[in-house]
Amino acid sequence: MLGEGIIKGLAETARNFVGSYVDKERLVTVQYPEERLPAKEAARNFPFLVFDGHDPHAGLRCVACQICEKECPPQCIYIEKSMDKKPDYVGKPQFYPKIFDIDISVCMSCQICVEVCPFEAIKMDTEFELSHTDRFAGLLFDKHQLAKSNEYYQKIHPNEAAEVDGHLAAEKAKAEVKAKADADAKARIAAAKTTTPPAAKPTPAPTS
Amino acid sequence: MIDAFDQIFVLLKHWALGWPFWPESLKPMLSVFLSIVPIMLVFALLFGITTVVERKAIGRIQNRYGPNRVGLPFTDVRLFGFGQFIADGIKALTKEDIVPRAADRVVHFLAPIALIVPVFLAYSVLPYGKNMAPIDMDTGVLFFFAVGAATELSVFMAGWSSRNKYSLLGAMRAIAQMISYEVPLIISTITVVMMVGSLSTVKIVEAQAEYSGQLPHWHVFTPWGLAGFILFLIAAMAESNRSPFDLPEGESEIVAGYFIEYSGFKFALFFLAEYLGMFAISGLAITLFLGGWTAPLAFLSWLPSWLWFFAKLLALISLFIWVRGTVPRLRMDQLMNFAWKFMLPMALINIAAAGLWFFLPAGFDRWAVCSAMLIVPYVLLGRGLMGGKLFTKRTYRYAE
Amino acid sequence: MTLPFAILAVVTLAGAIAAMSLRNLVHCALCLVATFGGLAGLFLQLGAQFVGLAQILVYIGAVAILIVFAILLTRGSESPQQPIVAGRWLMGVAVAALTFGSLMVSIVTSTLISSANGPKPNVAADISVKKIGAKLMTEYVLPLEVVALLLTAALIGAVIIAMEEQARLAPEGSQSH
Repeated sequence: MLGEGIIKGLAETARNFVGSYVDKERLVTVQYPEERLPAKEAARNFPFLVFDGHDPHAGLRCVACQICEKECPPQCIYIEKSMDKKPDYVGKPQFYPKIFDIDISVCMSCQICVEVCPFEAIKMDTEFELSHTDRFAGLLFDKHQLAKSNEYYQKIHPNEAAEVDGHLAAEKAKAEVKAKADADAKARIAAAKTTTPPAAKPTPAPTS
Repeated sequence: MIDAFDQIFVLLKHWALGWPFWPESLKPMLSVFLSIVPIMLVFALLFGITTVVERKAIGRIQNRYGPNRVGLPFTDVRLFGFGQFIADGIKALTKEDIVPRAADRVVHFLAPIALIVPVFLAYSVLPYGKNMAPIDMDTGVLFFFAVGAATELSVFMAGWSSRNKYSLLGAMRAIAQMISYEVPLIISTITVVMMVGSLSTVKIVEAQAEYSGQLPHWHVFTPWGLAGFILFLIAAMAESNRSPFDLPEGESEIVAGYFIEYSGFKFALFFLAEYLGMFAISGLAITLFLGGWTAPLAFLSWLPSWLWFFAKLLALISLFIWVRGTVPRLRMDQLMNFAWKFMLPMALINIAAAGLWFFLPAGFDRWAVCSAMLIVPYVLLGRGLMGGKLFTKRTYRYAE
Repeated sequence: MTLPFAILAVVTLAGAIAAMSLRNLVHCALCLVATFGGLAGLFLQLGAQFVGLAQILVYIGAVAILIVFAILLTRGSESPQQPIVAGRWLMGVAVAALTFGSLMVSIVTSTLISSANGPKPNVAADISVKKIGAKLMTEYVLPLEVVALLLTAALIGAVIIAMEEQARLAPEGSQSH
């Protein structure tokens, strides 16, 4: 009969209306600024620079090799290499970026910079509340804004960071073993050549 | 005491008019002013609250929260989001008013004014309570429909002057719909006018103000009255462009219909006019069928009459919102078929039923005959409207 | 002459003149609506509620819509290039004069005017809607029925015209399948 469907529909909407007050399970809305969804491991939006330890300058993993700058499809990265060098995590003296800028208004979150980086220095961030009243300078992030600690990285991407840390630790261990072997070899050579004075060279693995 | 509370607004007006410093020549103007301003304020406020309530209710129907943020400014008091309409109003007032370059500027400017004026005029004949009709006109109902008919032209003005094919299409749809549904609207009203023998809204309410035992003599409690009320309500939904009859706006196909090229305050006026039209026609439905300001049960008569009117108005508004949250939009041909093949015949049969009710002696027989007279055509017409089609659950064939 | 009468008269006359002289046809139609509104106001001011409200309901609500639809559906709303004042304006003046004359004669010879010299009946209070309705249903029921028949015939005629077109289109549609 005509109108039957409308009555059924009205009953259904009434059930939903009352149900939304009685049964909290029905309301799936997350009220954003106060409530947040738990962060997802795979979430990503804009890149940041990882540093070890507590000093963003000293611990910065980036060596200013500029691969990411060249690979970046929208060319949102700008790097200026330093004149001097500073030791990296294994102790090898390396260049560091004097200027490292990312224009996040240009960045397309493709993660290519992360994939090409040989030093595990650039990673994807999950921070998304980046709105700013200045749409040019406010969205151009410099080195200090981009540098974030390894602990932060471990927090936002725990699995990925653990993998990277293991990888780096293995590399460092390998480097130390190699350095030790080199030192031993040098010591042996030095010992063999007793006539020559002991090497005045500094050990190649100073602790930073 | 109770009487004084019932007549509080009437007494207040007389008290304000009685101040000695008004010059005698200004008193008629002042009396009119004192009637108009409260109506405009109350219904504009009701409009604001209704927009929030509607958004919240439809949200709940869809298992969402709806607006629940905006409360008092500069504080954390949220008032469940009921400050939203003030924020919306400020936004509408401060937005840029854009007029398309090709638009006909004068007509584009006049259209919202030509819409809001008749809509407000319609309020002048509604009885809000005992002795609370702004104008007790001999032809109140006719006046209501006359000013209602005048809104069609402003819809056309808005649609045509925007020089936009969507707005013109929306205006055409709106006018076709309004004219089609005005016919069953007026014909379903005629039954009440026939029974009461007057076009005056005040007299129509007075005719329903008696009780037998506890039950009131509302027109909706008779077969012809119930049928008339349902027909009137459906036609009223179509007249006020409410979902499921919101084809003139049809957001998904013609963007926003005839007010697509309106922004800022002019758009707010259209929005206001739409809601005020809905309230006005609900008020008329209450007056005609739901006993106006009379209490639903005799022992509740001590409550002030205006409270009953507004309670009924809120109930009808809730019904409108509920229907909007339930029924999807009709198609144009369904809309027209429904108006001309179902509503109009039913309204005409309803007149005959009302006539029969008037002449038959009171009793069970009268009820049976009149009900049968309405239910049988209802079933038959409903079947005819479906066109013999049998609606079954739709089956889909998927690629295998 | 009271102020409301002056306002209504100005609106009516200005609307009529604008409806004659504007170039854009839709503007003309809208000005005609202003004239109708002014006329309705005049009727209401004279106490003829039924006539005034019927004027609004029928003329503004229906006739004006019909006019604008007719304009839109026939020749578009583009303003015409040729001069608005038609060449044979003499004919127009003659028709207008004839209409005016016939109206004047009927007004002058009406019973209301002749009774105005004698005891003046209170016309406005006498004509209530109820009385009009009763008269229509008793004394003037035959003219009412004739008008109803005429309108029904017009309605059926319109339906038949629309149906013929459909019937003509239908075979073409079936052939294409």
